[in-house]
Amino acid sequence: MAPSIGTSTSRVDGRAKVTGLAKYAGEFAAPDLAYGAVVTSTITKGRIARIDASSALAIRGVLDVLTHTNRPKMAAGDDDYRDDVAPEGGSPFRPLYDDRVKFNGQPIALVLAEDWETAVFAATLVQVDYEEDGFATDLHARLEQAHTVDKPQKPRGDAAKAFAGAAVRHDAEYFIPAEYHNPMELFAATVVWNGGGKLTIYDKTQGVQNVQRYVCGVFGLKPDDVRVMSPFVGGAFGIGLRPQYEVVLATLGALKLKRSVRVVLSRAQMYGLSYRPATIERVSLGANAGGALDAVAYEAVAMTSQHEEFSRNDAGWAEQLYASPNARYAHKLVPLDVMTPCDMRAPGAATGVYALECAMDELAVALKLDPLQLRLRCYSDRDQESGLPYSSKQLKECYRQGAEAFGWDRRSPSPRSMRDGSELVGWGMASGVWEALQMPFSARIILTANGHAEISTAATDIGTGTYTIVAQVAADMLGLPLDSVTVKLGDSTLPTAQVEGGSWTAASVAHAIVNAADDVRKELLSIAQTMPGSPLSGLAPDDVVLADGALASKSDGGRAVAVADVMRHGKMERLEKERSSDFKEDDKHARNTHSAIFAEVKVDEELGVIRVTRVVSAVAAGRIINTKTAASQIMGGVVWGIGMALHEEALTDHAFGRVMNANIAEYHVPVNADVHDIKVIFVDEPDSVINPMGIKGVGEIGIVGVAAAIANAVYHATGQRVRDLPITLDKLAR
Amino acid sequence: MNNFEYSRATDVADAVRQIAADPAAKFIAGGTNLIDLMKYDVERPARLIDITRLPLKSVEETRDGGVRIGALVPNSDLAYHPLIEQRYPLLSSAILAGASAQLRNMASTGGNLLQRTRCFYFYDVATPCNKREPGSGCAAINGINRINAILGTSEACIATHPSDMCVALAALEAKVHVMGPSGERSIAFEDFHRLPGDTPHLDNNLGPNEVVTAIELPAEGYAANYSYLKIRDRLSYAFALVSVAAALKLDGGRIKEARLALGGVAHKPWRNRDAEAALRGEAPGRAAFEKAAAALLAGAKGYSHNSFKIGLARRAIIRTLTQAANATPQIQSVKKIR
Ligand SMILES: Cc1cc2nc3c(=O)[nH]c(=O)nc-3n(C[C@H](O)[C@H](O)[C@H](O)COP(=O)(O)OP(=O)(O)OC[C@H]3O[C@@H](n4cnc5c(N)ncnc54)[C@H](O)[C@@H]3O)c2cc1C
Ligand code: SF4
Repeated sequence: MAPSIGTSTSRVDGRAKVTGLAKYAGEFAAPDLAYGAVVTSTITKGRIARIDASSALAIRGVLDVLTHTNRPKMAAGDDDYRDDVAPEGGSPFRPLYDDRVKFNGQPIALVLAEDWETAVFAATLVQVDYEEDGFATDLHARLEQAHTVDKPQKPRGDAAKAFAGAAVRHDAEYFIPAEYHNPMELFAATVVWNGGGKLTIYDKTQGVQNVQRYVCGVFGLKPDDVRVMSPFVGGAFGIGLRPQYEVVLATLGALKLKRSVRVVLSRAQMYGLSYRPATIERVSLGANAGGALDAVAYEAVAMTSQHEEFSRNDAGWAEQLYASPNARYAHKLVPLDVMTPCDMRAPGAATGVYALECAMDELAVALKLDPLQLRLRCYSDRDQESGLPYSSKQLKECYRQGAEAFGWDRRSPSPRSMRDGSELVGWGMASGVWEALQMPFSARIILTANGHAEISTAATDIGTGTYTIVAQVAADMLGLPLDSVTVKLGDSTLPTAQVEGGSWTAASVAHAIVNAADDVRKELLSIAQTMPGSPLSGLAPDDVVLADGALASKSDGGRAVAVADVMRHGKMERLEKERSSDFKEDDKHARNTHSAIFAEVKVDEELGVIRVTRVVSAVAAGRIINTKTAASQIMGGVVWGIGMALHEEALTDHAFGRVMNANIAEYHVPVNADVHDIKVIFVDEPDSVINPMGIKGVGEIGIVGVAAAIANAVYHATGQRVRDLPITLDKLAR
Repeated sequence: MNNFEYSRATDVADAVRQIAADPAAKFIAGGTNLIDLMKYDVERPARLIDITRLPLKSVEETRDGGVRIGALVPNSDLAYHPLIEQRYPLLSSAILAGASAQLRNMASTGGNLLQRTRCFYFYDVATPCNKREPGSGCAAINGINRINAILGTSEACIATHPSDMCVALAALEAKVHVMGPSGERSIAFEDFHRLPGDTPHLDNNLGPNEVVTAIELPAEGYAANYSYLKIRDRLSYAFALVSVAAALKLDGGRIKEARLALGGVAHKPWRNRDAEAALRGEAPGRAAFEKAAAALLAGAKGYSHNSFKIGLARRAIIRTLTQAANATPQIQSVKKIR
């Protein structure tokens, strides 16, 4: 049987998804289900002076209107609201807790009714009086409040001095506006009231056990009484890492009514959740005339809320990626009257590497050097910040294969020098980098005598293909065909798993399955060796493999026993093993994925209309378990990068503190017409250090660097450098 | 969304009777705009009168060589109707530049005329808006007005009419047929939509108890030299920042007749006779097109975020006229601008 790992395998859950069999949080039925509609604040900061729900309560079918004044009891301490992914310190937002309004779009009441339409209608009748305070939502207007939250333990050399003395310098500010995740599925929670104080909660989340702990903390419930499920997630991209308020509100409703409650947010209400923070990135690069970097200085200033400090590594990539004897960075935050930002696909890198890679392009222009050549001159085999070698780094090969597939050597260097009729043609490139993280995950294997295996873990599949790769890894480890493996995910009662984020799930889960399969093999071997005349006698666990439904000697396939026979001999119907991914913290290597992105744009010279006609993304991310789902991840990242470069921007009116384009007609993301040829290349990157299977994860690397490659291509086409994203046609001055 | 009654109109007279009987009622056709506005609580009709069963679904030739389009003909059927494709390709093209295939399947001809502005503040009941709530103020004038108007604005409102189809209808000098309690009347297209003035809550001159029954096109369809060019923030499925409908009749190397209308820049499709007169008798070419653009944009005024539209419109007008003159109209399924 050919191995499944490394093949192009269609999603095992694809059929369920397209036929509607796969159910999402807002689709689970429960007897006697009540519906909750959320009322949100229309001011940005202040106090709720009065909520008059009498008109709403007068509507037939309305069951209750919950506010901070009449809700069931909630915990009083910040720690009870601090979920696994919350920033350290601060005071996590508490929905419906008190009369304080901290941001516009904050939930302030929940209307509960017999049906959804009645709840939504009654929600429009709730009257709220506020006492309004002054507020600030504009990062640019509050820069004087920026304070440093992250900087290197000790700066490398003296970047300021080296910059001042550099032969060629580039220093500029880049800006990325706030962006929203906009998963296709609306945020929803269905809380099923099981009686006896027991709740089953279907929630849209990237971490069922995180939500379970959080709900138990907030409501003082016993872990055994709360089961959280999220079997399918219609996209999340980071917004489902922390528990969102729909689950609190639905639980409040269920506890109050003592019946099942479903809460679904509207698209507009989802702009009251977290987002990628608007960030100003200042990059200074100094090089000698030959293009060797001598100084790298990077300062990021991002927005956060007044109640929590959310920050990610925007600035550190500049210090890590390229060889430079002098480097320093700082990450600063400006607190504003907004909801706390959160992770969004490649947090910190999508934004930080955008600025770094545009700055590198600008430096290349100043040096009159091909941008790819500049990257090669500054190439580093070590993580420049830690000084550690990489567990593997095939970025050079990404550059080579990407450039070849793209035809980079045919680029004419000067801007505005390539054209296709009325369009200016631009070619740009960028590097991408992301972390290769791993987390403790556990997985259980239940092997039955009929040759079937069930794999379970509490991990969620947020649409990335986790079901499929779990099945593939298990099939190969157990020597079974793919369709003899079923996978259970997204249930808090299953073996421990961290939230699905950071691109760590594939490596972590695979590792846990490998370990559990080891135990299965060991136990089968010990039984097999008790069989009379066992062909496996004398062999150690490492000498045998599970293949084609049999336990066989690695060196001599003829020495084999069918697994079914072993189990019959052991009188076992099922064999159950659970193990965790006991990876070792390795402080001798840096662990990262890398990529090289090449983009072609065509810009109408007269009108400034930009088309991204070609993208090649060459990725080095260790062993690829499934070339199809992995390529889809990269492709999705590229499409998102197109949106980041050209379309995405939350438009907040700072006079009101409200996002004005809070819908997907006006918050633009790429549509089919904006997406043309995307070629994904996976560069071979064996890695025997990172984990036994050499897996790194591909969920996030796909977006990193894409916006920079496109921005650089726009410059090459037009000769105009737009540093403020998105590059809309009005910014191409003429 | 509020609670509402629902009833169905059996014929045009019944529709008029029903709407006259209930001042808080609204007609619903495709619902692609009205339902959204109800979900945002912007429209709160007490009753929806469903007009989708009215017999207004045909496209027919008129006796004087024009075409009469029923108010309930879906946008997609209209765009692909052979009579329209062959004789009024400008209209086909403008429709296909709008919305998405799914929306065009639902949207009706009458509803497209009566769709409301996409001004961000109009959609958000937590902000002031004179169009939604007369006298509350205009948040867009000093707010996020990148998509708002540059022509024909007032102190009270700087909204645009978002339709693509209507820009072509304006250029083609269509007529709008309506039926009201006192009978039938027809309104010239340029008199149908209004400028905001100090009554921005009124989008058009349709009477409160009138129903649109048909659009009539004159015989001349400018099928040889025309183009519709839409400039937007992504390559499909976005409202126009600026759009241009251009139609020319050429004769012996001269422009004999010209029609020019802009979308995305005003409270109504924007036309002006001076711009068309500036083209008449001229040789098609950049010089004449620049003059026409200047005339059409006379009086244009930018606000904090939308001044770019003035230059963009000028260049787009010149480009569209060039496409029309060269008989290389923009093809909506091709995103490269010809
Ligand atoms: C996401 C999105 C993108 C869009 N993009 C575009 C675009 O790019 N370009 C574009 O032009 N349009 C666009 N549209 C708008 C679309 O064209 C309109 O929504 C549609 O034409 C409205 O037609 P309808 O039949 O659905 O109208 P409805 O929503 O049914 O009605 C709209 C209004 O017209 C009234 N009405 C309808 N028919 C009659 C009648 N016969 N007599 C009197 N009153 C009537 C109704 O009472 C209501 O007030 C978009 C819409 C959406 C939702
Ligand atoms: S421009 Fe018109 S629609 Fe927009 S806020 Fe002002 S009054 Fe309202």
